[in-house]
Formats: sequence, structure tokens, C-alpha cells
Amino acid sequence: MDYSQFLVMYQEIGLLVLILLVFLFDTFSSKEAPRGLSMFTVVLFGLLTLAGFVTPCCKEVASAFGGMYVTSPTMVAIKNVLNIGVFIVLIQAKGWAHSEFMRVRRGEFYELLLITLFGMYLMISARHFLLFIIGLETASLPLAALVAFDKNRYESHEAAVKYMLTAVFSSAIFMMGLSFVYALAGTLYFSDIAASVIDGGAMLIVAVAFVIAGMGFKLSLVPFHLWTADVYQGAPTSITSYLSVISKGAAAFAFFVIMVQVFGPFYNQIWEWMLYALIILTITVGNLFALRQKNLKRFLAFSSISQAGYIMLGVIAGSAQGLGSLIYYILVYIFSNLAAFGVIQSIESKTGRVDMDSYNNLYSTNPKLAFTMMLAMFSLAGIPPFAGFFSKFFIFSTAVASGSVALYILVLIALINTIISLYYYLLVVKAMFINNQEDCVIAPFKSSVSDRLGMWICVAGIILAGIVSCIYNGIVNTSVHNPEYIFTIFAN
Amino acid sequence: MSILILAIPLFMFLLLGLTGMKMSHKLAGTLGCLGMGTTLVLAYTVAFTYFFSGGADFINAAGERLQSILWNVTWLQFTDKLVIRLGFLLDPISAMMLVVITTISFMVHLYSMGYMRDHHGVFERGFQRFYAFLSLFSFSMLGLVVATNIFQMYIFWELVGASSFLLIGFYYTKPSAVLASKKAFIVTRFADLGFLIGILVLSYYTGTFNFTELTSAPVDGLANVFQVSETTAAGVKSIFANSAAPLFMGASVMTWALVLIFMGGMGKSAMMPLHIWLPDAMEGPTPVSALIHAATMVVAGVYLVARLFPLYLMEIRSLEIVTVVGAVTALYAAIVACTQVDIKRVLAFSTISQIAFMMVSLGVARPEFHHGIGYMAGMFHLFTHAMFKALLFLCAGALIHAIGSNDYTDMHGLRKYMPITHITFLIGCLAIAGIIPFAGFFSKDEILTACFGNSALWYVWMSAVAGLTAFYMFRLYYLIFWWKEHKVHEGHHAPHDQPWTMTLPLVILAAISCVAGFVPFGNLVTWNGHPMFDHVSFFTNLEHLDWTVAAVSLAVAIIAIVIATVMYRKENPLPAKFRNAMPALWTWAYHRFYFDELYMFITKNIIFDKICKPIAWFDRHIIDGTMDMFAKVTQRLSVSIRGLQSGSVQTYVWVYLVGALVMASIVWLCLL
Repeated sequence: MDYSQFLVMYQEIGLLVLILLVFLFDTFSSKEAPRGLSMFTVVLFGLLTLAGFVTPCCKEVASAFGGMYVTSPTMVAIKNVLNIGVFIVLIQAKGWAHSEFMRVRRGEFYELLLITLFGMYLMISARHFLLFIIGLETASLPLAALVAFDKNRYESHEAAVKYMLTAVFSSAIFMMGLSFVYALAGTLYFSDIAASVIDGGAMLIVAVAFVIAGMGFKLSLVPFHLWTADVYQGAPTSITSYLSVISKGAAAFAFFVIMVQVFGPFYNQIWEWMLYALIILTITVGNLFALRQKNLKRFLAFSSISQAGYIMLGVIAGSAQGLGSLIYYILVYIFSNLAAFGVIQSIESKTGRVDMDSYNNLYSTNPKLAFTMMLAMFSLAGIPPFAGFFSKFFIFSTAVASGSVALYILVLIALINTIISLYYYLLVVKAMFINNQEDCVIAPFKSSVSDRLGMWICVAGIILAGIVSCIYNGIVNTSVHNPEYIFTIFAN
Repeated sequence: MSILILAIPLFMFLLLGLTGMKMSHKLAGTLGCLGMGTTLVLAYTVAFTYFFSGGADFINAAGERLQSILWNVTWLQFTDKLVIRLGFLLDPISAMMLVVITTISFMVHLYSMGYMRDHHGVFERGFQRFYAFLSLFSFSMLGLVVATNIFQMYIFWELVGASSFLLIGFYYTKPSAVLASKKAFIVTRFADLGFLIGILVLSYYTGTFNFTELTSAPVDGLANVFQVSETTAAGVKSIFANSAAPLFMGASVMTWALVLIFMGGMGKSAMMPLHIWLPDAMEGPTPVSALIHAATMVVAGVYLVARLFPLYLMEIRSLEIVTVVGAVTALYAAIVACTQVDIKRVLAFSTISQIAFMMVSLGVARPEFHHGIGYMAGMFHLFTHAMFKALLFLCAGALIHAIGSNDYTDMHGLRKYMPITHITFLIGCLAIAGIIPFAGFFSKDEILTACFGNSALWYVWMSAVAGLTAFYMFRLYYLIFWWKEHKVHEGHHAPHDQPWTMTLPLVILAAISCVAGFVPFGNLVTWNGHPMFDHVSFFTNLEHLDWTVAAVSLAVAIIAIVIATVMYRKENPLPAKFRNAMPALWTWAYHRFYFDELYMFITKNIIFDKICKPIAWFDRHIIDGTMDMFAKVTQRLSVSIRGLQSGSVQTYVWVYLVGALVMASIVWLCLL
């Protein structure tokens, strides 16, 4: 066996080493001076993130283990994007990790979190369903433990149980779909499946539907989304933000690869219409629920459902540009959503309030937090010149690039939904700036350094990711110039 | 280095805008001046390198100056053709504008250190904000002149409009300032609508935004001979020929595009009938008037026409429109300037008139006459005018600061009290009146030569306007500094010259106004980059004067000054007599020919009352009603599906499974 192929997975190995180091540090450091651990993890992870950018990564597609594992500049790009997100999450979680309750549990928190990230790496790079399942489960199960982390709160374990049960159920469905696929193709390699399945009839349809459902759970697409709101609300806020951006981002990329590479030949026949319906449902239902939410975490849960619908536009585009726009959308979404969660977390940790009414007139007491939240809402709603506008713009334009009328209609529906979403995003802004009250229930306070750092990164991202065009161009170029692993649907 | 020219002002804007309130007034002002001073040095270096280094990128073997793109960043790329770039284009006019903008801007930065205080030396409120906006303006204006493509120009064009809006409305507690800033913004925005449509039409048919491709035939790589007469013209015309530009309403699409683009220029350069915003813009602080509304932003329209001059040259009809608009505006503004009381308004109308001179100069420029002298003269006048008009405005600022009023009726006889201001103002007047050897003489003389070469009508017309110019400027001069003894009110200090921060810029600008005329412009800035003279010396401009034209214009100017002297040097009833002799003309001119009232009538009585009100009703009742209905339906839907989110995990799983199966069965049924 050629051991040098391990080098191809240098990002995974780096992450594993990091996890081991964190584990060792946690085990052997003194419990009396426990603050070092979070600093240690954040710094190490920051280095890992940086390393992802500076490593002279493979300029072309490289594979290992008989083609089960593949990496390419696009995959390095999505992993880097996820790393940025995780880095921000880690910074923002620092305050929570320092609380008294977390004193003896800090180590588990970091280890579990990073292990799920490892699972996501595998999901992204897997080109064989066996490895993919391992990645998927590694990314799912520790999350249930994380959701239940706040074990003194009833909501936290309720959420964990709901997450657990639904996750198990969806895995079962997913694997059932896979077994159908195996029955049809006799192989679990992505590329071989595409080559060997000619026409599977009803069995193939069910298989595709089940695979979509299984991934739809991770992406919280309607109607596979019902766990989302309860889990987001019940989980500790750090975990919620992690679930809403990182987990979703990795799943979206993997979903693209599966749909295009494995089921690409059946795009027109089978899954374009499935996805079409799911996107409309997801965006609309997410919006309709978000309209009336009063709890901000729940509100962001539904908002993230409808955002997932927009991300799926990149999948239905099915082209290399679609993939580039999808990665870019995830990047922007990471900045915007984490900015919002940063504010929520910071206020929650100081006052324990997460309902929208408490935010009335926040501007008068905490202008900077209100401003950050405003930018996040503007970006999520897609108001120019913030990054969210550009990400929506590009993903919409790649969706209609094929010129099919149906996709034009789909984008039109998505646009109408953007208008609806504008309403509820601006409700938050209105509460903070316009709703007048005698005084805000949230007293003025100074956020911790780490909270501020996290929010600064997000704000810079919201402002710059859109107008600094080389970011988008760079991402799209990696995916356009390395299309070898993408089965191009619109080749002809 | 060139990127710093843009980066420093932008950085100063961000720094002063974000942290200005935390620093002291003095520090903010000093930082602003330092930033601008650095930019000045850099801009001078770049401009001098361009003109005198003789680098291969800047000048070719034949001595022709080239367009050279220092850098060009792709900002947004939508398709292969639809690319938006940001870059730095260096050619004679942009290099010249770099010098003009940074010089005036630095003077104004320095001057404002003294001006933006009250009589006790206490800084005004919002002083830091003022400097932040000045930096923003400088950034935008510099970005405008170095634009490599018309879209970049449009972006910065709007930015200068926005910073002008901010600065006119600097005293935002004063209703008149707020009104003036709104007026300026709306009028120029309206004009920019034409500009934008023009850009879209032009770039749609040519398939490019880039100036180098629009105005010249590319010669290996980036270097271009940016106007090589016939061959280039043929090249650009062929672009239009290929896309088969259709006729529209009797004119070619290109003429339409150019006229629409010129409309944008008319708005910014306050050409009739879009001039109404400029006199009101004098509500801003006087240094702002000097910088934005006299020297730099208002000449953007001239610059725009000069930038696209080869295109205009291809469609002579559009150039004729430029000429007519310019000539009418010049005369109109000169007449109005003879009757105004507010000294800043006199200067404002004078500015309008002088910019119109430049427009006429571009309009009458033809390559066959004296190597296209009109183009060179227009740019030359832009340069000299920026210097002496900024000088006059800064003098006016000093006077206003000393007296506390804008009207000459409160001044009179100030020559003994404010000697420096008096002398510098006089130099400014001599320069604008066109007296040899001051700067304005040379540039105006060349404009008149260009007119002479075009047609007798424009020559006589513009000479008359030049005479009027001399007359109203000296009327103003005498009414401020002579007329009668100054009355110092009880309990007030006698007016006096201002501190050095304010007088130093006056002296420097006056010195420039004295010598700027000798700059051998014909060798630096010409329409095709080809030098006009074989060798240059300090007296080149004198040697190449067309003495018949020069003598006539000098005579006209001197006669006008004599008349002004007779009428206004000492208090006498002559002006009143003249006024009473032609009461109708005087009243009309005093009320600026009722343009504002006309606009008020059109906007208020016709557009607002007759058109907007019904639309508003429709909007409020029909459109809003429909929207409210949609909102209600959405809310209802939202309420009606809430049962889906029951909270019970069995339901969740059930919905999940049914969803997947339904999805599969529908597709299966469809495929059957």
C-alpha cells in the first residue's frame, strides 16, 4: 500500500492531530486554571484555518484509497470556508465555555465539536457511499450530545431526543435508498453508479427520493425540517449557530456532489422536479413560519430553513458555476448568520433574554450590537451593498443560466419570497431602532473581547465579501476550472 | 504609488468620519491637511513624471503623448464584455486635473483651518465632519478624473454628487442650506439619468466601457495613441458600423448617446437650463464653494466632453449642441451676474459663465483649425479658471468672515482694512477679465481664437460675454473695496485681514494666477497628444498669440473695466439711472430670468398637482390595498399551517416519511 496517499488528506489529518492535542491538553492540564483550553483550541484552530489557505494545495483532483476519497481545489475551498465558520463559532463560544457550568465539560465540548467537523470533511471528500455514511454519522451523532449539553435545562434534552430520533430515522431512510441504489448498480462508488445505472424505474425513483430525504434532514428542507425549530431553540446557542451554518454548509456541498455526480443522468427525468418542489416548499414554508416567531432563536431556525432553499438553487443549477455560487452563498451565510447569533448569544449570556420584544429600542442602550444585528439582517435579507445581496444575486443568476423557463419561474418564486423575508428581517431592525419604549429592558453592557472579535470578523465579512469581487471570482474559478469530478448535466 | 493618490483621501475620510468625534478639532484638521498634502505631493510627482519624464509609456518617438493605464482591476465580471473595472488612466487631461484638484483641495484644507471658526477662534460644530467630507470629495473627484472606463467615471460622478450634497448641507440646521443641498442633488441626479442612459446606449452599441477602446485605436498593448485623427475616427466608426447603429428620431444612435451623456455634463457643470442648483449651492461653507462649486466638480461636465471628445468629433451635430448650450449659458449667466447683490452669487454666476466658455471652446474645436486649438484652450481655461476662481471665492470667504454678511451693501470701502485680500482679489479680477499678463488672458484669448476659426457669430458673441465678464467683476470689486468709506458699527472691531492659514492660500493662488498663463499648454495638452510647438520657452504663449484677436479682446476688456470704474468707483447715481432706464431687463436679470419660478411652476403645479396626486391616490388605495391583501393572506397562511409544527416527534417522522413517499410517487406517476 502506498502510504503517501495519506498526504492527500492533509486537512483531515491536521484536524485529527488538532483533536488529539486538544484532548491531551484537556486531560493533563490543571482543572484549577482551566481557561487555557479554550484559548489553546481557538489559537490552534486559527492556525489550522490559516494553513488551509497557505498550503500549496493540490492543483488538480487527487484521490486516495482506491478512489473512495477525493480532494480538489474546490473541496479545499469549501473546507476552508467551513473552517472560517468554525473559527468564528469557537471564538463566540468562548464566553459560554468559560461559564461555571462548563468548567468540567469544556473539553468534551471542543472535542465533540471538532469531531463532527471531521465527519463533515469526510462527507465532502467521500466518493464512495460507505465512507460517506461514516462521515455523515460522525457528523450527526456527536451533535446530539452537543445539543443536550446544557443538561440542567429541560429544553436542551428534549431537543436532543428529538434530534436523535429524527436523525436515526433519516439515516435509516437514507441507507434504505442506498441499498436500492446498490441493488441497481452493484457498486457504491459515485462515478460507477452514474455509469452503470441505465434506467431503474420505480426503484430508482424511490432511491433518489430517499437519498434526497436523508440529505434533506441535514439541510432541513421542508418537509424534512420539522426537528429544526425545536432543536435550534433548545440547544445551547453556540451549538445552534454551529448547526445552522457549518452542518448545513457541509451537507449542501455533499448534496450537490451526490445529486450531480451520482444521479446526474437522471436530472431531467427524476430529481429536477423533486428538488424544484422541495425548494419552493422550503423557502415558502420557512418564510411563513418565520413571520410570526417571537423567540429569536426559533426565528433564525425558520430563517435558516428558507436560506437552505436558496442554497438549493445552486444544486438545481447543476453546473460548475452553481457549485461556486453555492460555496460563496455558504460563506456569506456563515458571516451573516454568525453575526446574528453572536449578538443573540452575547445578549443571552448577559441577560438571558432571547425574545424579540426585549430587543425593543436596543439601539439606545447597545448601539454597536444593534448595528451588527442590523447588518446581519440586511445581509440575510439580501439588501445591497452587503454580501447577502451578491450571494443571492449570483445564485439566482446561475440558476437561470441554463435558460429553462421552469427555472426562471422558480427564481421568480424565490424572489417573491425574498420580499416576504424582507418583512420579518426588518421586523428585528424595526424593534431595535424604531419601536419606542421608555427604556430598553436590556441594560447597556460591554461584550467580552472574544464576542467582539467574533462580531468584528462577521461584520467585516458582511461588508467586504460582496464588494471585494475577487472572493467570488476565486471561488467560481476553482469550481469552473476543476470540473473533472462533476458530471456535467448540461454538457450538451 | 498612484494607488495612494486615491487611497489616502479615502483613508482620511474613513478615519475622520469614524473616529473624528473622538479627536480634537485641531488634530482632525491637521490630519486632514497632512493627508491632502501627501496626496498633493504624490499627484504632482505622477503628473510631472507623465509630462516630463519622457517614459516610453507616456510619450512616443514622434513626441505624441499617450494614454497610459497604470493599473486596472477587474471588479465585477458578468460576461466577457460586461466587465466593470476600476483603474488609473493617465493622459494629459487627467494628469492636469490631478494637479488642479490636489492644489485647490490642499489650499481649501488649509484655508478651512482658519475659516471654520467663529470670531473668537473657536472651531465650528462638526469641524471633523467637514474635513471628513472634504476628504471624501477629494477621493471621489480624483477617482473621477483617472477613470479608465465610463462606468467607473459614473460611479465616482455620483460620489462627487453625494459629497457635494453633504457639503452644501453642512449647516443642516439651516433650512435654506437643506433646501439648497436637496435642490443640487435632485437637479444633478435628474441630469445623471440622461448620463446613465447615454452610457448604456453607447456601451450597448460599442460593446465596451473603456475609454481607450472608445476613443482610440489600440496600438500594442496598453499604450495608445489616443487620438490619431482620421484613422482612429475610422476605427471607432467601424465599431458603430459593425453593430449597425440604427437611426432614432432622425439622429443616429451615437448622437443620441452623446447628447444624453452631455446632459449629465450639463447638470454637473450647471449649464442652462440645469444651472439652477449652483447659485443656491452657495449656502455651503465658502471653502466648499471654492473647491467644489468653482474649481473642480463643476468642471466635471467639461472634463467629460473632453474625455469623449473624439466621439463628439465624429458626430459634429452633438458638438454643435454643446456649442449652442455653452454660448447661451455664458451670455445668460454674465447678464445675471451684473445685477446680483450677494457676492457669492455673483461669483457663482461668473463660474457658470466661465464654464460655458470652456464648453463653447470644446464645441468649436475642429482638428483642421490650428491643430484643434479649441480643445487645448478649453482645458487651459479650465486650469487657469480653477486657480483664479478659487482665489476669488477664498477672498470672498475672507470678506464674509470679516464682515459677517454676504452682501456687498455691508462691505464698501474695505481696501484700507483688508489690504492682502484687496490685492489678491484685484489680481483675481484682472485674471478673469483677461488682462495681459494674468492667467485668464491667455486662456480666454485662445478660446476666442478658436471661436474665430469656427464662425464670426460665436466670436462676436463670446467677445461680448468676455466684455461683460470684465464689467461685472470690476463692478463687484469696486462695490466691495471702493464706492464709499466703510462704516464700522459701534461696538464692533474694524474688519481686518485673516490669520495666516487663510491669507497664505490667497497669496499662493494669486501668485499662480499671475504666472499660470505662461505655461506652454499647447505642448502639454492637445486633442491628439501631438505637441503644437516645436520648442518651448517661458514666452511661448506670447510668441504664438494671434495679435488681432488679442488686441480686440484686450480692448473690450479695458473698455468694460473703464465703464465699471466710472460707474462704481465712487458713490454716484449712475447705476441707479441705468437701472431705471431698463427696468424690465434689470428686474428679469435680478430674478435670474425667473428660472426658479418656472421650475417651481412645472414641478409643483404641473407635476405634483396634476400628475403625482392622482398617482398617489392610486398608489394609496389600489396598490397598497392589494399589498395589504397579500400581506393578510400571507399571515393567514402562516397561521393556518402552524399545526405542522406540533412539537411531537412522532408527527415529525410521519411527515418526513409521507413527504419522501409522496415525492417519489408523484414523479413515478408523471413518468408512467
